[in-house]
Amino acid sequence: MISFVLTRLLRAIITILAVVTFAFVVLRMSGDPAQVMLGPDVPQDVIDAFRKAWGLDQPVWVQYLAYLKSIFTGDFGVSMRDKASALDLVLERVPATLQLTIPALILKLVIGIPAGIYAALHRQSFADRGVILLAILGFTIPSFVMGLILVLVFSIILGVLPSGGQDTWVHGILPTITMSIGGIGILARFSRSAMIEVMGQPFIRTASAKGLKWRDVVWSHALPNAAVPIVTIVGFMVGSLIAGAVVVESIFSWPGIGRLLIVSVSNRDLAVVQCILLVIAATMVVSNLIVDLLYGWLDPRLRSRAAH
Amino acid sequence: MASADFPAAKRTGRGDEGFIALIRCNVPLSVGLGIFWLAAMVLIAIFADQIRPYGITAMDLASRLSPPGNVKHWLGTDELGRDVLSRLIQSIRVSLIIAFGATILSAVFGTALGFAAAQFRGAVEHLVLALADFQAALPFLIMSLAVLAFFGSSMLLLVCLMGFYGWERYARIARGLAISASAQGYAAAAVQLGATPARVYLRHILPNVASTLIVSMTLTFPEIILMESGLSFLGLGVQPPETSLGNMVGFGREYLTRAPWVMLAPAAVIMLTTLSISLVGDWLRDKLDPTVR
Repeated sequence: MISFVLTRLLRAIITILAVVTFAFVVLRMSGDPAQVMLGPDVPQDVIDAFRKAWGLDQPVWVQYLAYLKSIFTGDFGVSMRDKASALDLVLERVPATLQLTIPALILKLVIGIPAGIYAALHRQSFADRGVILLAILGFTIPSFVMGLILVLVFSIILGVLPSGGQDTWVHGILPTITMSIGGIGILARFSRSAMIEVMGQPFIRTASAKGLKWRDVVWSHALPNAAVPIVTIVGFMVGSLIAGAVVVESIFSWPGIGRLLIVSVSNRDLAVVQCILLVIAATMVVSNLIVDLLYGWLDPRLRSRAAH
Repeated sequence: MASADFPAAKRTGRGDEGFIALIRCNVPLSVGLGIFWLAAMVLIAIFADQIRPYGITAMDLASRLSPPGNVKHWLGTDELGRDVLSRLIQSIRVSLIIAFGATILSAVFGTALGFAAAQFRGAVEHLVLALADFQAALPFLIMSLAVLAFFGSSMLLLVCLMGFYGWERYARIARGLAISASAQGYAAAAVQLGATPARVYLRHILPNVASTLIVSMTLTFPEIILMESGLSFLGLGVQPPETSLGNMVGFGREYLTRAPWVMLAPAAVIMLTTLSISLVGDWLRDKLDPTVR
């Protein structure tokens, strides 16, 4: 078990390092931030002074090592625009994003999984077909289309819900719904097929043949075995709690991480973009790690197999 | 086109008319409609220049934001009096070209890396798998946002960038399939007969694993359409004056109250296209993929 955890941990660290390197290379090599920040008509000596002040006159690998060192000491750089700590800028946006993504995640879990399991247990019924149809619709409609249609119906035609902003909890209703619909569809479809696969296994037949109540067969034999694939998808959704709101935040002008990312990207605010990339990658990697460890707990067979 | 033939095919299909008849008599209505819609989209994309009633930048300032249903502009006009139908036709072409190009790029790139991992094993394999892990850890939208905004958006860059979408899936699948294929007799026999690795992979292993790869392509294709339209919607994908489906939705959003049709027309096309591909892809998967029961 210890070697299992250690391999996963090592892999997570390597992935994070790769993301840091990627962010650094792409952002640093793609253009001269001094030119962008200061504009085209600035005299050369001002540009030189700016580059010196930000360490941009050093060779790239020196900048990279300095960057790595500062990250390990918890310093994510300073926003070139606001002169504020990039990490603080990013972290102060996290609650706003979580205000949308956590309720959306709860909606996905509470509606998607039961709907999928119900459909699987009542195959070919009217409810099953309805669930499949709605699920396919749910994840083929892109979130920006869904968001705009909801705004059109509920804000413009009916006039019952606000179309943007973050003043009260009512403002969060439309973005949360927009964000959860696709995930509900994915989870419903996924839990349905996972459950159908388990229900076809011989041990389910054995369990009902030996006279167990149907409820017990479903709850203690089918569900635990269907949980492994469902946990994978849920883990992915947890991982995108911070990254998953870029488009929706932009539709509903919600001041979260996604808006900050788009603004910083158009301003070429390197430190902030790098910091966001890192925070996002870290949440993804940590949630993947947790899912991997959960596998071991849910399915003891995987512990020995995955360790090597 | 094809959907009208299904009932007839059901009656006459005796299973001895070859592959087409076999497919025809087993096609459910929804899949038939999906194939019909996709065929229409492909035709529109190919003949965009011929069927477009106006140029995509031609302005009719006298009838700005005119609603759909009038004789001159079937789907209405946008804020500059440009014909929505003409722009829609061009957008379908642009979005489909990007999605096709990117799907093929990502399939070729991913499969090549997967085969390389299977052939060389060792360090190469570890490198490919580490890259795949990395790609899976960083949400693609975030990565492309960074790359596009910092390099500026161009059509070529957009296709190349989208061509990285989903490569890690092909790489993993191709690697797994190639490893299991080389354990089978036919690949070993080809090697024994003196075939070069390139010949073994391209002429012997690839045809045997192609159906699984094609199924993955039907999964990536709609995702690339959604990814491109998402980026264009955020203003970082296809740039004006060129137009794409997401780009039209993005600009139409400004006129949501006064002229919802500018946004609804491309939105409907996106939805119907991805829906059709999902339906047809699911059906293809059931038909072609040996790993799905």
